[in-house]
Amino acid sequence: MRLLTSAMVLMMSAGGALAQDSCAAGKTLEDGVLTIATGNPAYYPWVMNDDPESKEGFEAAVAYAVAGEMGFSDDQVTWVRSSFDEAIQPGVKNFDFNLQQYSITPERDEIVDFSAPYYSAAMAVLTTEPVAAGGATPDLDSLAGLKWGGVASHTSYGMITGVIQPDSDPLLYGDNADVTEAMKARQIDAALFDLPTALFLAAVMLDDGVVLGQFPADRSENPDQFGMLFEEGNPLKDCVDAALESLKASGRLAEIEAQWLAEATGVPVIE
Amino acid sequence: MTFRNEGRGPALTRRQAYEARLRRRSNTIAALSTLAVVVAIVLLVPLAPRWEAVKKSFFNWDVFARTFPGLLEAFLLDVAIFAWSAPLIFGLGLVIALMRDVRSPALYPLRLFGIVYTDVFRGVPVILVIYLVGFGIPGLGLPRPWNSPYIWGTVALVLTYAAYVAEVFRTGIESIHQSQRAAASSLGLSEGDTMRYVILPQAIRRVVPANMNLFIALQKDVALLSFIGPVEIFRQAGVYKSLLANFTPYVGAALIFLAITIPATRYADYLLARQMKARN
Repeated sequence: MRLLTSAMVLMMSAGGALAQDSCAAGKTLEDGVLTIATGNPAYYPWVMNDDPESKEGFEAAVAYAVAGEMGFSDDQVTWVRSSFDEAIQPGVKNFDFNLQQYSITPERDEIVDFSAPYYSAAMAVLTTEPVAAGGATPDLDSLAGLKWGGVASHTSYGMITGVIQPDSDPLLYGDNADVTEAMKARQIDAALFDLPTALFLAAVMLDDGVVLGQFPADRSENPDQFGMLFEEGNPLKDCVDAALESLKASGRLAEIEAQWLAEATGVPVIE
Repeated sequence: MTFRNEGRGPALTRRQAYEARLRRRSNTIAALSTLAVVVAIVLLVPLAPRWEAVKKSFFNWDVFARTFPGLLEAFLLDVAIFAWSAPLIFGLGLVIALMRDVRSPALYPLRLFGIVYTDVFRGVPVILVIYLVGFGIPGLGLPRPWNSPYIWGTVALVLTYAAYVAEVFRTGIESIHQSQRAAASSLGLSEGDTMRYVILPQAIRRVVPANMNLFIALQKDVALLSFIGPVEIFRQAGVYKSLLANFTPYVGAALIFLAITIPATRYADYLLARQMKARN
């Protein structure tokens, strides 16, 4: 069995080396160049130091691994920046694919295309020490009593209003930095993020940040899965899906995840 | 010589008949050219290569029907913010304008404050004031509910718009002829009474149309409060947009704004026209 797997991996990586000729050839914006978009700024631990070319950070590493599978060398990869709105507007895109923690939803899928998921995110509750000291515990009853905030373009808003059902209306912000700013100003008690982002914000952006608990991905009715975003009908999607499939089969994707998102364990699970 | 008018009213003079013909002719030309433009748009736009994609993401009826009630509900928050901001802006704007009109040398600091205030708040973009006041002041450690983004967002709007309104009031005050002040003081009115009973009633009335324009602008800028948390119509539309990956909710929000601002603009035009007529 093990032999078979290694043989498959070997075959797939051999196939990958040829892929640029067979699969991805002529399907990129510019021949022989893979243009990948990320956020502006791109956040830890997805991209380290806002520098995707360093290949450091989970999404940066995944992007280079996928590019490698498709037969692109590292210097054939170029990066551009895009906002959420730019990515979903109709019209010609300036990237081959875009990865910045896009949750795959059926509604979004009608307007753009998504690759197979490359990460399943648990949603986590970010709060501050005074709130935790004030008696907030990781259970839904306690959470409903908090003042909630979130990023408007994230799928977390649906989870706040649908699962947590807080007593007062949540406040929404444009990006992660604004949410932490509102938390510093004590305008909100808690916010919902994917776990790696919540850990980063708690450790770096907030002086007294705490990750109170997580909703495990397999327990929520609509698990938050991140996919790479393509212009609707982009033929490159099949090549990327194949590359992701072989990265999963070879265990390389799990390795990258372990390398960059390892701290994500040990956060209490919300009942 | 006169033309017959088929029994309706008095017969037209030759000149009136000529003018009526001219008017009919220009109306016909205006109607035809408008029709031509509309037909060109309706026929040509769908020929654009990506029209189907644009239609799907901007003019999607299903998305519109699904999101419009939520947008309408969120718009109530805009209306509320506008309703409590407008009187505060009116009051503060008037106070600042009066400060700039202070004539006693001992009170010059007030005048200076008025000048600096209008310079600063007219010079800084509203959104920056909203960010700085909305996050900065609550960040000083105010307890709830005094750190609410509704309170400090309103303060930011009031500070900015009061600067514009103050300038409008000032031009109104300065437009009242000096002879009115002289006449009032010759009647024995104090400076304060002159302002209160003679200058302001005329000045405020004179700048109503200009202020109407500012309040129409305010009505749209209320949406900027969404940047510091409140889920009003613009933010609600943004949530739907992210959720559905579709821009139609923004079109819905624009329609709701237009439903309010177009009548308000027409009313301001009407006031302006009436004023022009009264003055001539």
